Amino acid sequence: MKNENIIELKDVCRYYRLGNTEIKALCDVNLEIKRGDFIAIVGPSGSGKSTMMNLVGALDLSSKGDIFLDGQNIEHLPESELAQIRGKKIGFVFQTFNLIPTLNAVENIALPMIFHGVGKEERMERAEEILKEVSLTHRRNHFPKELSGGERQRVAIGRALANDPEVILADEPTGNLDTKTGLEIMKIFVNLNKKGKTIILVTHNLNLIKYVQKVLKISDGKIIEQKKVKQHKIK
Amino acid sequence: MKDHFLLAFSNLKRRGLRSWLTMIGIFIGIAAVVGLISLGQGLQGAINKQFEQLGKDKIIIQSKTMGPPGTATGKLILTTKDLNAIESVRGVERVVGILMKSSVIEFKDETKINFIIGINPKDAQIFSEMQDYKVIKGRDLRDGDGFKAVVGYNNLIDEKIWKRGVGIGSTITVGNVEFKIVGILGKTGDPYNDAAIYIPKDTLRNILNTQDEEDEIVVKTQEGFNPNDVAKSIERKLRQERDEKEGQETFTVQTSEQLLNSFTNIFNIVQGVLVGIAAISLLVGGIGIMNTMYTSVLERTKEIGTMKAVGAKNSDILQIFLFESGLLGLVGGIIGIGLGIGLGKGVQYIATIALGTNLLQASITLPLIFGALTFSFFIGTLSGILPAMQAAKLRPADALRYE
Repeated sequence: MKNENIIELKDVCRYYRLGNTEIKALCDVNLEIKRGDFIAIVGPSGSGKSTMMNLVGALDLSSKGDIFLDGQNIEHLPESELAQIRGKKIGFVFQTFNLIPTLNAVENIALPMIFHGVGKEERMERAEEILKEVSLTHRRNHFPKELSGGERQRVAIGRALANDPEVILADEPTGNLDTKTGLEIMKIFVNLNKKGKTIILVTHNLNLIKYVQKVLKISDGKIIEQKKVKQHKIK
Repeated sequence: MKDHFLLAFSNLKRRGLRSWLTMIGIFIGIAAVVGLISLGQGLQGAINKQFEQLGKDKIIIQSKTMGPPGTATGKLILTTKDLNAIESVRGVERVVGILMKSSVIEFKDETKINFIIGINPKDAQIFSEMQDYKVIKGRDLRDGDGFKAVVGYNNLIDEKIWKRGVGIGSTITVGNVEFKIVGILGKTGDPYNDAAIYIPKDTLRNILNTQDEEDEIVVKTQEGFNPNDVAKSIERKLRQERDEKEGQETFTVQTSEQLLNSFTNIFNIVQGVLVGIAAISLLVGGIGIMNTMYTSVLERTKEIGTMKAVGAKNSDILQIFLFESGLLGLVGGIIGIGLGIGLGKGVQYIATIALGTNLLQASITLPLIFGALTFSFFIGTLSGILPAMQAAKLRPADALRYE
């Protein structure tokens, strides 16, 4: 039987060393994210949002405590296994899109499948399906520099969906977009959540939190508030 | 792996100009190495051919002088007495003594200094067997020829040695003695041989006022005898004859095989040094690749972070970067081989025109091409190891944060 919590943090701390000074980016954090949650992590700059995202996404390891992903403690896994977990269970969406400039839209979407050993035919078939899902079939062969900001972010979302992960981690996904395009991107996340994906949105844009189900406030490396909110529809 | 290769290739294409500039170092180095080795192999082949012509049964005795044959003086000089002593050694079939001197030669109203070779007319046939010596016009020297001469090919050609080349029946003067030209030799490609003038040894002795001097003695061994054993016997006999102690000889006795080995050793050293110098540019090329790859890792740090975030393992990143550096080396190598072949063939063409013989042939062999390709790929990959490791070791969170 599947664990109810897709992500669990137990007494997690993350310290950084800056010369002789130790900086506590995150301290004694306990968190449970359930399957199908749509959660926004908010807080001012330097509050620890990105550190939290890195830990939850297995991009970084904690200095103390345990992180469970789908019931598995990832703290002591070697980098190669962490890479596989990232590729299979988590899809990342970044503020600056982070597309590979030498690959076109469909190739960017197919990229994670290369590292997961998916054959070319299957990979391209799946990438074409995703391209349709994010309404970019007409931009299939365009390179990132030939796409608008909104289109790039849709390609990035497509790439995050490539290996059909359970969790989508989005770090300020609308940060580089205008309001209208930002809302279009949010609409995609809402739809993905409706299809059962767990969405974790890291943002400092408080206008977006009305579209999520839960809000987690962080300040000075600590969770200061966790609450359910009424989810509004995007018009 | 194919996908990693394609990712690497697309990255190189993206940095087109930089990739080409980086490859310059490799293709100059490979071109120099391929060119030099192909010419070296060709030259080695030509030397082997010359020695084959000389025959494995020949032994050459010269005085231990620092200069070319004909420059020995005093006790160093070989004599007819030595020649006669050699004749008595077991296993010796035939002994030929040659006299070589530089002398003033006059033809019509021109005067030149040229190489005169004195041979006994009865030895002319065996001499032509040993040298690349073929009469193409007229006849060879023969018994009774006192003041007749056979000349090298270049004497025939206008503006080569003489304004108007000599012909059969022309008269040349060697040390105030007139010689009638009775034969002209074919081209050998060796400028000394092609310019030389061959006259009867006794006549040359009279002109030089020497009685029994020999500058080079060539021995043909009897069939069934090992030339090395015969050479040792000759050495013993000459030591005895000249009253010299072992290790302090004033002469050298070498079989044609030993002579070839000496040539090959010297040749290999010279070629090794030249290829070594050319290889320095390969080292510089390799450092160029390393530099480009380090820059690439820095520029693409965020991209590396992204690939790791979407599931790339350290080994995936390592492979992509190694393919990139290996490809730089390989493509550089392919172009370098092309240039190297051009270089070798160009030198061959110039040598053919300048020497008038196809003695120097650039030898382009499959092992040379595959060796150069493998080596260039190896240099590229080796140069990329450290940058690729740096890229692979990047922590995803740090790489994604990199600005």
